[in-house]
Amino acid sequence: MTITISKDTQFEAVIGLEVHVELSTATKLFCGCANDFGSDPNTNVCPVCMALPGSLPVLNERVVEFALRIGEALDFDVPTQSVFHRKNYFYPDMPKNFQTSQYDQPICMDGKLEIQTSEGTKVIRIERAHMEEDTGKSTHVGSSGRLHGADYSLVDYNRAGVPLMEIVSRPDISSSQEARAYVSELRAVLKSIDVSDVKMEEGSMRVDANVSVRPVGQEQLGIRAEIKNMNSLRSLGRAVDFEIARQIALVKSGEPVIQETRHWDENAGKTSSMRSKEEANDYRYFPEPDLVPVVPTDDMREMVHSSMPELPAQKRTRLVDDWNISDSDARTLVSNPELYEFVQVAVSIGGTDIAKDATSFAIIEVAGELNEKGLAIDVAPITSENLAQVCTLVANAELSRNQAKTLLGYLVDRGGVVSSLVQELGLKQVSDTGALEAIVDEVLAQYSDDVAQWADADEGKRKKLQGFFMGKCMAQSKGQGNPQIFNSLIESKLGN
Amino acid sequence: MESQALEQAKEIDRKKSAGETLGALAGTTVAIKDNMATIGVKTTCASKMLENWIPVYDATVVKKLKEADAIIVGKTNLDEFAMGSSTENSAFKTTKNPHDTSKVPGGSSGGSAATVAAGAVTFSLGSDTGGSIRQPASLCGIVGVKPTYGRVSRYGLVAFGSSLDQIGPFARNVSDAATLLDVLSGYDPMDSTSINKEYKPLTDVLGSDIKGLRVGIIDELKGPQGFQREVLDAVDETAKLLEKNGATVGNVSIPASAYGLSAYYIIAPAEASSNLARFDGMRYGLRVEEQSAALTNEATRQAGFGMEVKRRIMLGTYALSAGYYDAFYAQAQKVRTLMINDFKQAYENFDVLLSPTSPTTAFGIGEKTQDPYQMYLADVCTLPTNIVGATSMSVPVGVDDNGLPIGVQVFAPPLGEEVMFQVASAIEEQANYNAVPVVGAF
Ligand SMILES: [Zn+2]
Repeated sequence: MTITISKDTQFEAVIGLEVHVELSTATKLFCGCANDFGSDPNTNVCPVCMALPGSLPVLNERVVEFALRIGEALDFDVPTQSVFHRKNYFYPDMPKNFQTSQYDQPICMDGKLEIQTSEGTKVIRIERAHMEEDTGKSTHVGSSGRLHGADYSLVDYNRAGVPLMEIVSRPDISSSQEARAYVSELRAVLKSIDVSDVKMEEGSMRVDANVSVRPVGQEQLGIRAEIKNMNSLRSLGRAVDFEIARQIALVKSGEPVIQETRHWDENAGKTSSMRSKEEANDYRYFPEPDLVPVVPTDDMREMVHSSMPELPAQKRTRLVDDWNISDSDARTLVSNPELYEFVQVAVSIGGTDIAKDATSFAIIEVAGELNEKGLAIDVAPITSENLAQVCTLVANAELSRNQAKTLLGYLVDRGGVVSSLVQELGLKQVSDTGALEAIVDEVLAQYSDDVAQWADADEGKRKKLQGFFMGKCMAQSKGQGNPQIFNSLIESKLGN
Repeated sequence: MESQALEQAKEIDRKKSAGETLGALAGTTVAIKDNMATIGVKTTCASKMLENWIPVYDATVVKKLKEADAIIVGKTNLDEFAMGSSTENSAFKTTKNPHDTSKVPGGSSGGSAATVAAGAVTFSLGSDTGGSIRQPASLCGIVGVKPTYGRVSRYGLVAFGSSLDQIGPFARNVSDAATLLDVLSGYDPMDSTSINKEYKPLTDVLGSDIKGLRVGIIDELKGPQGFQREVLDAVDETAKLLEKNGATVGNVSIPASAYGLSAYYIIAPAEASSNLARFDGMRYGLRVEEQSAALTNEATRQAGFGMEVKRRIMLGTYALSAGYYDAFYAQAQKVRTLMINDFKQAYENFDVLLSPTSPTTAFGIGEKTQDPYQMYLADVCTLPTNIVGATSMSVPVGVDDNGLPIGVQVFAPPLGEEVMFQVASAIEEQANYNAVPVVGAF
């Protein structure tokens, strides 16, 4: 079915993401060199990863183990055997001038990942994930900073041979929001299973987006463009939005979308053509004769299976159920492992009764404050014990919420002992009904004109009056009176 | 190299006078084909591309030789990157046949074969991708072995066809070949395709009775086209000698070997095109500097590779290209499977198989250089073994009317070296080959 395009035609985007993740194994994929970010150039190299004549690759078993973990976490099938191929093309940062990668028999097939969208939960299918080696890193010296127009180029082979997993989604993603949610969830999952430090900014996670558009209702997919060079979730979102708009404009004006690779320019805020399909390489894939098929043993599968940690989605469900916190707070905790650890320790001290308060105090008062100071939680003066004690005081009505916030502010700043700070700052909450009743009586006597209006007031007016008396009582008690007790005293004294 | 050799010799003298245990090869000298990495010693592959390349590491076989107290005295000439059957494709030298200096020594390990034939060393190492040990052994009148794929580590052997390459020994007799192969054999964690297995010494099987062994002559490898009459006769003679000693002899067909040459000239160049991609002038070897990395790469490869190497890179690149892969590379892999099955079937009825090693005795220098296809035919009998990953060896049995050596090839199934050496040593004893080269230390 062909749909005639008019200016009112509605379009939908079809997006698939290819994510490259650097695995954080101690050594490289095919040799014993350190897999270490930040060493001096060309110091983590040997005959194998420099492709000296006669050298041969030997597969790092840890990489297979990491791949199996990814297989478990993303619900992949891991076939009995997978095979390495050579992907042949010339580039100076690739020492062998072929990349050892997997092709039609990857280690992971048919996985999936659940993401949260504005319309609820959505399952994104993942076609495959395969192992491959990274290339070296080129620096183009000259005014342009890109290969074209450079005076000369320098190559650092430390990264050559570093293990990568390429994770290829199906084109199930339909907006930039979903693309971001997918990458963000994928990052959380990979982080939780400790296979990569997944930093888009540092390049340990690289995302390419295949984007196409089609009129709503059309079965056939549009021509897609592959977008590269997005260095953050934000630039991924912007690039995808730009590309969708660009393609819709092309189609509406009757021009063809070209199958090509496009480069995202963060500063200019647009994509531009890198190379078209006609210029694309013929990679001449063939099975790597220097390696044997990868056949994970049953023992290895079992070892990986039994050592899988809790995944982010499971963890969120558990926190919502056991701690009685909101999904959004659970999401915040799970995506910030250090903050989660901070709260988790507090809850283990104070019990799950304080979990809800501990979470919200930690997110707003503690993390909010630390963010402003640019301080990490594990080096901040405040401790999990502090948080637990403050929450317990609140639960026992010995401290009001506002007092708790003041106290936490102090602790975040300079730390200290909770019990002595409560004394020092005069923060103890008064819950002695006798003492509070005296204050209520005093206030009601002082504002007898307002009390007189109570009998005839409607509900709205009464609420206002009650708030007014409450404020006066709190002021009178220097903020230390227990608000719940004040409230019930005021209500009972005014009657109906 | 020279100073290293003298050092090694002194060290062995010291060990001897100190009464220390000596390695299995103490007192012997070895030459190494110049496509195996030797630390601190140029490894050129007979190519301008690596004319001045000095490895920073030893090939596993070189390490093993040193550990066994062999004295490595030199690196030997070859066809550039081991591509050829006459050693005429060397970028540097022409190697001559010690039995007739107007003839080629065969190839690609021609230097290693000629060195041993001339008595310059006790034995030497060659590499065999389609016959590069056995064919020159045959042409030079010595013993040459292509071991089972995975028996000897390839680490440090500059790759030509990775799924076919195997290092093996040259020696003047079967016993020496067994001694050297025993040293070379064994699992190497640096080579993923090496077989993890303990081997029985081959020297133990030499001279044992061949009574009852079944010997099959391969129908497809006895001409008549292109095969020299004397060579075919030598195979029949050899079979008769074995029969006389209690073996049973029959004929056997390996139908898929008809496609062997075609399959080989797809698989080997395909792998070579990828293996040789690393020579781009960026990290080591020749560099012809131009205005950009791409142009430097192009100019370096243009200047660094000889004709035959370029021809094979082009063949291989073509065979792997999109749209041709299924017609060429995939088909060749199917032939491989067929041949494996054919051989398996043959070994249900036979213990070893027999054929000529080379269709002819040594040919003249320059005789085949203008006709690559004629040159390729020189390996028609040897390349099936590489395609199926099995083992075979060439044993000298006689000379033709011009006094040029003739070799017979003994085949065994993968890891069948024991029975192969058993039969080879019987052939050696019966044939009593004793041609003396015109050049050499005799
Ligand atoms: Zn390395």
